[in-house]
Amino acid sequence: MNPISVLLVDDEEDLSLVLAERLEMKGFIARGVVSSEEALDLIEKEEFDVMIIDIKMPGIGGLDLMQRVKQKRPETQIILFTGHGTDKEGETAIDDGAYDYLIKPIKIEDLIAKIEKAAGK
Amino acid sequence: MNIFRKIILNILPVYFSEEAAPEEGWGRYRRLWRRVAFLTAFVSLMPLIIMTFVNYYQYKRVFEEEMIYPISRLTSNTRRSLSSFIDERRSVLDMIIRDKEYDELKNQEKLTILFRNLKESFGGFIDMGVIDADGIQQSYVGPYELMGKNYKDQSWFQDVRLRGIYVSEVFMGYRKFPHFVIAVMHEIDKGGFYVLRATLDMETVSSNILALSHRPSTDAFIINRDGVLQTDSRFYGKTFDTIHIPVPPISDKTEVVERLDDNGRLYILGYAYIIQSPFILMEVTKPEEQMKNWFSLRNDLLWFLGVSIFLIILVILWGANYLVRHILEADLRHARVLHNIEYTSKMASIGRLAAGVAHEINNPLSIINENAGLLKDIVAATEDFPRAEKFLKHIEAVTKSVERCSTITHRLLGFAKRIDTQIETIDLKNLIQEVLGFLDKEAKHRNITIAYHIPEYIPTIESDRGQLQQVFLNIINNSFDALSDGGRLDITITPSELNRVSISIKDNGHGISEHDLQHIFEPFFTSKKEHGTGLGLSITYGIIQKLGGDISVESKVGVGTSFTVMLPIKHE
Repeated sequence: MNPISVLLVDDEEDLSLVLAERLEMKGFIARGVVSSEEALDLIEKEEFDVMIIDIKMPGIGGLDLMQRVKQKRPETQIILFTGHGTDKEGETAIDDGAYDYLIKPIKIEDLIAKIEKAAGK
Repeated sequence: MNIFRKIILNILPVYFSEEAAPEEGWGRYRRLWRRVAFLTAFVSLMPLIIMTFVNYYQYKRVFEEEMIYPISRLTSNTRRSLSSFIDERRSVLDMIIRDKEYDELKNQEKLTILFRNLKESFGGFIDMGVIDADGIQQSYVGPYELMGKNYKDQSWFQDVRLRGIYVSEVFMGYRKFPHFVIAVMHEIDKGGFYVLRATLDMETVSSNILALSHRPSTDAFIINRDGVLQTDSRFYGKTFDTIHIPVPPISDKTEVVERLDDNGRLYILGYAYIIQSPFILMEVTKPEEQMKNWFSLRNDLLWFLGVSIFLIILVILWGANYLVRHILEADLRHARVLHNIEYTSKMASIGRLAAGVAHEINNPLSIINENAGLLKDIVAATEDFPRAEKFLKHIEAVTKSVERCSTITHRLLGFAKRIDTQIETIDLKNLIQEVLGFLDKEAKHRNITIAYHIPEYIPTIESDRGQLQQVFLNIINNSFDALSDGGRLDITITPSELNRVSISIKDNGHGISEHDLQHIFEPFFTSKKEHGTGLGLSITYGIIQKLGGDISVESKVGVGTSFTVMLPIKHE
């Protein structure tokens, strides 16, 4: 069985890269990028099972990026990060097409569970 | 005095008591109340009082015209008759003593002729005699044997010698019937003098003069200045009895006065002092029948005035209370609205700030968390990692601190969040008991008594169950924190005005200082030091505001704290 490929998009470099590294160590194929533009470039070349996108980012925001990914890679499942700590924002994101959401700071176990669920494993 | 003050304070509105007065005092409302009450009383009572007194005096004048003036006229006429009777007889004696020589008057025969003529012309004479300067009776005409009688030591003789004339009070004397004496003195050469003395029958005065003024309700009689009757009286007894009404004060004219007798009944007294005599003419009328209408009218007037004043004062007090209470309530509402606006705005600003801060902190927290997690993963994945246990222990400390910060930021965001409420019908008694179910074990463990004061019927309310649970859990948690072991918690639910229900949660814990009380609903304010985040009551406040309710707190250090939540019965 192929490992699940995950792309993390968060403007906080220390977060996206470290989280990607942790996921790698947990057996995922994980890449971390720090902007929506970088993520869009990457999905042109590679396909990911799951994308984890921070809602609040400079430039193209998380929700905007999700819509573009949905057009380009409809099979990719998207999990959103929100720093607002409310369910309301996450529920809105699900209505807009996200698979699920997580409130920062996350627990790695929760993240892995949601990724696996999103990837159908 | 204290009881009187208590009664007054119970009648008077709250602003007359210094209890529960605001910082600036109730002075403004007291002044307003007094002004309203005084002005209203003045403009409403003055015309009433003036009109009543005008009516009173008009009726009194009519009454006087009908009752007093006839008595005054009657008394004046009788006084003139009585004065004339005495004056005429004194004048004729005076004329005789001046006209006749002493020798003529000493002559018994001549005196007899003179006395006969006198009796034919003037009624009332009984006898007449001449007394010399030594007081010896020199001649006498009359039914008694008085020749040679010596009057020198009698007081009347001294009086006539000094004043030249003397009118006596009524007395019995030798004659054994009421009579009085008129004596006149005439001086002769060489300092000598003699006295002409006549006795008059008082019965003549009674039958000829006083009888004229008798009416069915009137008594006319004469008294001396000691109140001894000089004639018989229908009301006060026989001659020489002392009347039991006061002797009227001296006056040189006819007077009419209203007086009350020993039984409290009114009588009208007309009286006149008869000059140059010891007599006082008295006309007493007991006008009970005639006065009935006047008394009834006067009483009606006084009753009308009294009852009207009482009712007007009641209405004025009610009006002043009503008016000033409404102004006071409007002012309090205004102040409360301003305070709420200010407070809500302050809370909203703090909420926005808190949410911003929480959001910004979440990112670095996540970084710390993930880096710590990565380190943990590396240690776990590396075999024979040196001092792995100690390393993992420190990483655990970091992640626990992150979790703690995370709880705070989530609560902060919760304080500012505006999630939809889910309205349902709630039985408050059940809801409170559900909440207390969470704390049941702690209550038992700490021996805390929980007393419910809930009437049988409490209306259900429309509200958000989950949020109300959070509200009451926060409040009761705070109470538990304040209580010592063995403390007491009183929970009271009562229907309140304006379609609301009041829930009071009162503990007998350590209480809250006045300073802390002012900030208790502000975020981050806590008196629990490291235990509390200072967000519980601010979140509670926000939820209650959102649900259309109010929360207030009263506390006294060392006595306890009482939170009161007011919730609307209907959700709007």
